[in-house]
Parts: sequence; C-alpha cells; structure tokens
Amino acid sequence: MSQSLATVAYLGAAILFILSLGGLSNPETSRRGNLFGMVGMALAVLATVFGPRVSPAGVAWIVGALVIGGGIGLYAAKVVKMTQMPELVALMHSLVGLAACLVGFASYVDTSIQLQGAEKIIHEVEIYVGILIGAITFSGSLIAFGKLNGKIGGKPLLLPGRHWLNLAALLIVIWFGREFLRAETVEQGMVPLMVMTVIALLFGIHMVMAIGGADMPVVVSMLNSYSGWAAAATGFMLSNDLLIVTGALVGSSGAILSYIMCNAMNRNFISVIAGGFGSGAGTPAKKGEAAEPQGEAVPVSSAETAELLRDAKSVIIVPGYGMAVAQAQHTVYEITKTLREKGVNVRFAIHPVAGRMPGHMNVLLAEAKVPYDIVMEMDEINEDFPDADVAMVIGANDIVNPSALDDPTSPIAGMPVLEVWKAKTSIVMKRSMASGYAGVDNPLFYKDNNRMLFGDAKKMLDEVLTALKS
Amino acid sequence: MQTSPVPQPQRIGVPRETFPGEKRVATVPDVVEKLIKLGFAVTVESGAGDAANFSDDAYRAAGAQIVGDAAALWAASDIVFKVRPPSSDEVARMREGTTLIDFIWPAQNPELMQQLAAKKATVLAIDCLPRTLSRAQKMDALTSTAGVSGYRAVIEAANAFGRFFNGQITAAGKVPPAKVFIAGAGVAGLAAIGTAANLGAIVRANDTRAEVADQVKSLGGEFVKVDYEEEGSGGGGYAKVMSEGFQAAQRKMYAEQAKDADIIITTALIPGKPAPKLITAEMVQSMKPGSVIVDMAAEQGGNCELTVPGEAVVRHGVTIVGYTDLASRLAKQSSTLYSTNLLRLTEELCKAKDGVALVNMEDDAIRGLTVVKDGAITWPAPPLKQAPAPAPKVAAPVVEKKSGHGHGTGAPMSAKTLTIVFAVLAVLFWAIGAYAPVAFLGHFTVFVLACFIGYMVVWNVTPALHTPLMSVTNAISSIIAIGALVQIAPPDAGVNGRPDGLILWLAFAALVLTAVNMFGGFAVTRRMLAMFRK
Repeated sequence: MSQSLATVAYLGAAILFILSLGGLSNPETSRRGNLFGMVGMALAVLATVFGPRVSPAGVAWIVGALVIGGGIGLYAAKVVKMTQMPELVALMHSLVGLAACLVGFASYVDTSIQLQGAEKIIHEVEIYVGILIGAITFSGSLIAFGKLNGKIGGKPLLLPGRHWLNLAALLIVIWFGREFLRAETVEQGMVPLMVMTVIALLFGIHMVMAIGGADMPVVVSMLNSYSGWAAAATGFMLSNDLLIVTGALVGSSGAILSYIMCNAMNRNFISVIAGGFGSGAGTPAKKGEAAEPQGEAVPVSSAETAELLRDAKSVIIVPGYGMAVAQAQHTVYEITKTLREKGVNVRFAIHPVAGRMPGHMNVLLAEAKVPYDIVMEMDEINEDFPDADVAMVIGANDIVNPSALDDPTSPIAGMPVLEVWKAKTSIVMKRSMASGYAGVDNPLFYKDNNRMLFGDAKKMLDEVLTALKS
Repeated sequence: MQTSPVPQPQRIGVPRETFPGEKRVATVPDVVEKLIKLGFAVTVESGAGDAANFSDDAYRAAGAQIVGDAAALWAASDIVFKVRPPSSDEVARMREGTTLIDFIWPAQNPELMQQLAAKKATVLAIDCLPRTLSRAQKMDALTSTAGVSGYRAVIEAANAFGRFFNGQITAAGKVPPAKVFIAGAGVAGLAAIGTAANLGAIVRANDTRAEVADQVKSLGGEFVKVDYEEEGSGGGGYAKVMSEGFQAAQRKMYAEQAKDADIIITTALIPGKPAPKLITAEMVQSMKPGSVIVDMAAEQGGNCELTVPGEAVVRHGVTIVGYTDLASRLAKQSSTLYSTNLLRLTEELCKAKDGVALVNMEDDAIRGLTVVKDGAITWPAPPLKQAPAPAPKVAAPVVEKKSGHGHGTGAPMSAKTLTIVFAVLAVLFWAIGAYAPVAFLGHFTVFVLACFIGYMVVWNVTPALHTPLMSVTNAISSIIAIGALVQIAPPDAGVNGRPDGLILWLAFAALVLTAVNMFGGFAVTRRMLAMFRK
C-alpha cells in the first residue's frame, strides 16, 4: 500500500470517528455511532500495518500484541459490572497515558530521524509534552481508579501549600525542558526526560488525590480529555494527522464534558482542579454559620413506603450513587414495572452529577431495562415535582439539598438541585443521617413532607417491592 | 417543680372538660403511653374521654391512673392538660405552682390571666404558639383544630342542605352539582374546600391574601378575586383589616356569590377583633330558599349579620348554622390531633425524657407559648427576631444561573471577554506563524480544526449518553496504537544506529496496552448501548 493510499485511509478513518461521536448524541443513532468507531479504528490499523511504515517482519509482533491486548480488553468488557463502569473507564485512560509515554520514549531514542534547527526543537518539544501529558494521565487515572473502587478513600488529600508544590513542579518541568532541549545526545537528554516523567507522575497523583469524591465525574471526564491530548501530542511527534485529529476530537469532547459537569455543580473548573471540595472535615467551620436545619426527621417503614407509592398517581424516582453501590437498579425497575402496571406515572429524574461519572445513572437504569423515555434530565423534570405525589430519593444527598438554593452560606450554594421537596411527599432512602460527599447537612430530611427510609437501598427496596406485590 | 433539688417524675393530670357540650379530651390513650415513655406519670379523671369514645379502661390499659373526682385530680397534678380555658372553679382547685397547658386566649380572658397568676401557675397557652416557626408546626393545635372544624362545617352544611353535592345524571333526571362558596381560605377554609370538592360540589373561595390562590386551586377550588388591588397579608399567616374601597368591592363580589351559591361557609377572622360582617341580611334574602350558611366565625360574632352563635336558625328560608363547637362535634378526631400536638410540646419541654418538664424561655417557640411563668404574666411575648422572610427572592437569581446545558442556550460571552480571548489567540497564532516550520503548520491547522469539530459534535450529546460517549472516545483514543505500529518494525530499521530492540519492546508494550483499550472500549460501549431501549 502506498503512502497516498494510507493517507486516504486515514482520512476515511478520521471521518468515521467524527461520525461516531456525532452518532453518540442520540440513543437512536448511538449503536451505529459505535460501529463507525470500530470500522474507523480497523481501517486505521490495517492501513498502517499494510502501509509503507511497517515492514513484514513486524506483522507477527503486531498480531501478537493485538491478540494479547485484545483478549484482555474483551474479557474485561464482558465481565465488568455496570456499576463498575467509572472504574473501568478510569483504568483504560491510564493505559492510554502509559502507551503515550512509551511511544514518546521510543520516539526519542529512535535515531533514524535526523532533524535540524527549529524542526528538531519542535520535535523534541512534542516528545517532551507528549510524555508529560501521558504520565499525568497515567498516574492521575490510576488514582482515580483507586478512588472510584474504594481502594483509596474519597476524602481529598490536602497537603499544606499544595498550590506552591504544584507551581514548583511546573517550574522544575520547564527548567528540565530547557535542559532537555539543550542536550546534544540521547544519553544527555535522557536524564531530564526521566526526571520530568517522575515529576509528572507525582503531579498526576497529587492532582487527583486532592479532589473530593463528589467531583469525581469532573475528574473522569478531565482525564478522558487528557488521554486525547496525549494522543494528539503523539501525532505531532510522529507527524501523523490521523492521530492529531483523533486526539483533538477526544480531547475537546472530554473538555466539554468536564465543562458541562462543572456547570451542573455551578462550580468553576479551576476550583475543582484546585481540589479540596467534598472533604468531610474541611467544611464544619462554615457549617456553624449556616442555618442549622430545624425540626426532626420522620422515619418511615418499607410497608408505609409501599402504601404511599400505591396511592400515588405520579411518582418521580431520584437515583444516586447509593443505588449504584447497593446494586439496587433491578429492584428499582421491578418496582417501576409494578407501579406502571397499576397505572402510576413513574419517571426518573437524573441529576447531571449523580453517581461517579457523567451519565452513570442512565447506564445503570438502562442495564435494568428501564425505558429511556421515562428517564428525564434535571431541566426537563424539575418543574414537575409540585405535581408529583411521591418523590423517592434512592441513595442521593447533595443533589437534592435545598440549601443549595436558599442558603447562600452553604458550601454547595448555587448548585442546581432536584427540587424533590416540592412533591407532596418525598421519601429519602439512606443508610443513616450522615451527610453526603460535600459534608453538608441536608435540611430536606427535616421538612414536614419528607420521610426517611433507613437501611441498605437494595434490602429496603426489596421489602417495598414485596409489600407492593402483596 | 423544676426548683426542687432532686427531680422527681411529674404527674400529668387530664380532667374531664366542664364546659357545657364540650366533648373533646386533652389526651387520648395512645398519647398516654407515649407520655409515660417520656418518664411522666399520668392521671385521668374518670369519664374524661367518654364523650370522645375513649373509655376509662382504655386509659387504664395505656398505663394511666383513673381518679373519680376532679378535685383530687387537680390536687395531685403537677401539669394539667386541658382543651377549653379553665373555669373559675377549676382555677380554684388548682394547686399553687401547677403548670397548665391549654387554650387560654389571653387577649379575650384578662380576668382568667389574673387568677392564674395569683395561683403562681406556669401557663402555656397553645393558642399563643408562634406559628411562623416551622419547628413549631407539629405543636400547632390551632391548625389541627381548624382543619377538623373546616371538615365538620361541610358535613353540617350537607346535613342541612336538601340536595346532593355532586352532579348526577340518573334515570330519574339530572341533578345539578351544589355550588359552595367559601369565604376565607385559612386552614379551616382550605379543609372545607377540600372536603366539599371531594363530595363533588363546585367550590369557589375567596381570601384577602392573594397568595393563597394556588392553595385553593390545588384542593380543587376556584379562586374568586375581589376586583381591587390591595395586599391583605397581616403577618403570621393572618389577614388584616382592609381599606374602605376594598371592602366595597368585596361586598359587591359577596353579593354576587350569594345569589349564585347554594352553600356559603365563612371562616373570616381577624386576630383580636370581632369577625368582619361579610354576609349582610340582604345577601341572605337574595339566596335561594333551602340554601345553607355555615358561619365558622360565630364565636367571634359571626361573618353573617343573622348568625346566632351556637345555634342553627332559619332566616328567609336559609339555614344559618352558627355552631361554635364544630371541632367538638368530631370529638374523637380532634382529641387525637390535639393530644398529639400536646405530646409534641411535652417532648420539647422534656428533652431529657426524665419526666420533668422544663420551661426554657430561651426557646422561641416555648417563649411564645408561655403566657404566665411562675405567677408572672409574660404575655404578650416579644416578636420573633428571626423574620419569616420568604425565600424565593434569594433563590431566584441562583436558579437563573443554570443555562440549558448541552444545548448552547447560555448567554453569549460578553464583548470584553471575547476581545481578550481573540487577542490572546491572535498573539499565539502570530508567534506560531513567525517561528514554526511549514510542516508543523500543516499539522497545527489540522489540530485546531479538529478541536472545533470535536466541540461542535459533542456539544449536543444528550446527558443520558455521557458514559457511552466517554467510553467510545476512550476507545478511539487508542488510535495512539498507530504510533506504536509505525515504530515496531519500520523499513528504515537500523539506520543511524537505531536501537531496534529497545524500540521494539517499548512499542510492543504500548501496542498491548492500547489493544486492551481498543477492544475493551468498543466492546463495553457496545454492551452499554445495547441496553438503551425505549
């Protein structure tokens, strides 16, 4: 295959990727979108393998690598539980980051490319930046993975003077970048490159460690974006337009998702990245000033909950991370089905940052076969709460906290929330009265029309379902 | 008793109500049980609950002690729960230093206040509860009593009214629905609206406070506006006296409603003043024969000129019900609610659950309730410092902020920000153009345009698909495999002393990693998308 043919194939692959992302904008076309992605990827890989840059000697290696990696990937995709999606995605980001690093190093030690002057400098800057982003993505994603599956605590790790630490790291990276560019030989350049890689790895760890659990959706999509930029940097390094286009697509898509998530929490992107929000311990100082919720929380039994649901004409269910943790989505669907058979209008209200990654709840509900046309976004359904008889909150807290709207001193002030308290009755299912990730007390629990159903979400919902069916 | 050095459990006494016709009782057996759990001892006068269908046996079963004689009960009790304000006889029986929890109406009963003060009593008047405190709502006996009265008012009206409430088409002909007009949409009015609407009547209601219109609608009523602009909210959830112009417009509206309505239920009260005369004799005359007026304000003089407090009379063919004991006519229900209110109050008084009630004057709710403290009159309580400011003002700007995300409907960037962004980009582009080689510029062009395409394409993704989108972009980012592929075995291997072995292994490892991502990413996206169905 000639160079020109390969280039045309790359162009085709780039178009397919764009169509793939476009297709993902709507559930109707999403499956086709994914197919476009696969075809594009196959086209790109085949065009490369049979193109002028790969000699026949490498084919065996390539097939071997694809079989090993592909086998692992397919196996992981098959066994992963839908509740573990955030972890899997974070882990996969780290693989892209690591691969970017490896390709960067390989490219640096490759002496077959001889460049001079500005071209050499640009090539080296590309390598340096590519490895930098790759390393941050790698270590940051690993930490995010650890946080998401609970191996690392959700609380932010706040080192004293962390902003200065970050600044120092940046300065060191720039300094070694200069050293790297001035290096005459590969051996000389290797030292600054290695030092920078280690610093980038530490920086990635520190950055994600400092972010609280509530901000995980932003972090996951941000790392998604980084993995794209890493690919784009690699494309520059290798003068490969396909890599640049694809990397830019992925990078900007991740950046937009992060932006949407930040908007949903009414928070500034910088302040999320700077970290510290979502600490259990960091906020009590503020809490004293905020109005303490008055009144008492009224507990309710699962039988009474079933009674309320049965008598309702319109029910809105608000799922949160608690539902994911308890794996309760199937029971939720059973309850939904039972109620719908009785003629109750059941709908779901999804807050943009419910769960631990963007769209997490939608995927879980879809897994449980809940039809997607009764799953509503916050903006679509918020006005309907006053007409609902029962709003059932399953394992969510901060996203239904009224103090975000009416208490300007609250740490989550201004974050758009689902206004469940406007329903005739709201039922909050929770394991205890503990506050959510934001560490803020929730006045909803003390409202007159609110009832608390304490216990594990799955267990309680099973009881509710049994009571409903009897 | 709180002055005694070792706190002893206190005894709560529940006497039989002595007011003629009063059927309610201040505490029901269920609540007795809960009071005992709080550490109190409870004594009930024999027959106290008879009129409300609570037998002595039921009280006994709940753990109360029964005494046959009111005098003995008053003498033994540290705390007395009552419904009606105590009579002079009852005050005389009271031990010095007793705590009394009761309806008192201190504004209307100055003599009673003096008598109670002379007895060195502590008196908590349940009618003086600061109702704007949301914490106090569980103790709000006025609300629970008014709710019962509103319900009963409709039942009394239905009893006196000669027709169905709901419209029916039967073999025997068509029956039009009854038209009910309710003046005053407070708690009692709202309860009446709900009850009448549930019976199938056409319900209209009016109130000087315009903000209750939505509540009226929510219960199935229609809100009738007075054709005059004035705001009638007088603080604390009560109405105030309105201007002369307003009253004229209001009279006109009432006159129209009187001609049309079959049943009128009036609930208009202004605190500390006689009830406003809304329905004149002429209006009564203009009503259809057989119509019914239930005047729930009869005790304060009545909203209708022809009302006889405590009686049902017929004037100009219209039955005017002026019963002042509507709540007592539903004795079991109102006793249950009232005693629950008292229980909640007792819980507030006895936070330690040790059977000793402490009147904490620092507590806003308790301070408002306490009209006599250890013989000193403490009524009226100072106004609450915390203003019950309506929250919506604060909430509004915050809600505005959220833009319809994902659909680009947010406000356009301000001109200033836009200028800065463009300036920065211009400088950046100039720098790149000035120093970068041509080959780089080609890639740079592709890069920038691709960023824009990504932005345009992704901006419209529905939030439901964010997770699949991330997983598919993740899979696509394994395009980095191309980088590894071209390094594994390029045709120019070995040129310039290229370390082929090292590069081969690095590239091989990178390829394995990206392959995991590539296959895993697409497969898991496929799995997720297969689940999305209508």
